Amino acid sequence: MSEPVRRLVIVGASLAGLHAAQAARAAGFDGSLTLIGAEQHPPYDRLPLSKSLLVADAAIEMPGFHEFAELDAELIAGSPATALDLAGREVSVGAVHVSYDALVVATGSTPRLPWPSAMDQAGVHTLRTWEDAVAVRASLDGGARVVIVGAGFIGGEVATAAQARGLDVTIVEAARIPLERALGAQIGAHWSGAQERAGVTLRCGVGVGGFAASDGRLTGVELEDGTVLPADLAVIGVGAVPATEWLRSSALTLHEDGGVICDATLSAAPHVYAAGDVAYAPSALDESRLLRTQHWINAAEQGALAGRNAVQPDAPEKLASIPYFWTDWYGERLQFVGILSDTMRVIRPASAGLIAVYLRGETVVGAVAIEGRRYIMKLRRMIVAGANLADVEALVQ
Amino acid sequence: MRIVADHDVCQGLGTCEAMAPDYFEVGDDDLVEILDEQPPETDRTFVKAAVDACPVLALSLHD
Repeated sequence: MSEPVRRLVIVGASLAGLHAAQAARAAGFDGSLTLIGAEQHPPYDRLPLSKSLLVADAAIEMPGFHEFAELDAELIAGSPATALDLAGREVSVGAVHVSYDALVVATGSTPRLPWPSAMDQAGVHTLRTWEDAVAVRASLDGGARVVIVGAGFIGGEVATAAQARGLDVTIVEAARIPLERALGAQIGAHWSGAQERAGVTLRCGVGVGGFAASDGRLTGVELEDGTVLPADLAVIGVGAVPATEWLRSSALTLHEDGGVICDATLSAAPHVYAAGDVAYAPSALDESRLLRTQHWINAAEQGALAGRNAVQPDAPEKLASIPYFWTDWYGERLQFVGILSDTMRVIRPASAGLIAVYLRGETVVGAVAIEGRRYIMKLRRMIVAGANLADVEALVQ
Repeated sequence: MRIVADHDVCQGLGTCEAMAPDYFEVGDDDLVEILDEQPPETDRTFVKAAVDACPVLALSLHD
């Protein structure tokens, strides 16, 4: 029987951290609760940053979490954690040391930045923080010519917002087929066709060489083939890496990409849990496979599980859910559940609202739907229950 | 305890159905259908978790 947890510290004050705090309180934890956040804000939701906040005439309001005030939690804001002492059970925040009985690591991701010096130019942004979103919004409001670097989900959502305003949009993608890693080549290519149908120019198989500027302000995006795309706004969306530099000198086991390796209860070490974008955990569909996902629902669900397990260490629960993400482009919704495999089968054609499943043998391990909103969660449950191809074909007939 | 859904806000994302399929389902109009508006008190914790998980805040619990 473990000693009782009287001090819970959560490093990361965004979605996963907030849900960890909520779940700890909901589990009856009444001890000291501290959240440490790198950003100088109370916890807020990133979801609107690439979506509702970019819509013309939408109110510009920080999407704070109203529940935070009810949690009786101390917030150390604007100060990232700088080190972890596992043996001493202490997190360093610069010169300040914060002791814990149990710790949740929920520090999220930072955007990949292949062109760091470009960030000095006005008009070049990644899209991760509130400040990024406010700047992108202002630029769209100003009628910018938009170049989006990376044909991923964030890129598509920003393109959607720009296209809806009638702005000039070009997306540049280094890979030949966008979203191949997320959706497989066929579905990736099919979904990316939405760009051209919406009048957005998509250039694939060409990389960005640099960014042209005048008086410190972006004027164009230079491609590796010599083309220069005139631009007032460049949004860089080429992926994100776990924000775990602060853990490099700790005794935690990190993946090559910096992610924190956890077991199925999200435990990374005695008294230490990880959740959200940072966490590798065994897939509920295949325990031999470690997955790290950067989806909104993953941060919420894993945050809750980690927070609960951190304060109830003698009865930890295992992660039972499977990945789910969605994206809305030009009025159409794509939703994905589970994991990819090399065998994809379309079970409802695109003309009726595409639904495709990914198979391992006869077992369904993943599914994707375009405008299949009433099916996707049923498919998710069926996948968790071990459905086969015949089961899911019956669902969508 | 009563579950209330705002269909003007709901976007049919289904996180509620993911967390509490006995209470929430994305219906044929692609919006949430509350399957049982008055859960027993014993279900409060996970119903509240599903309500709190809505990414667009379309759900609320009223006592």
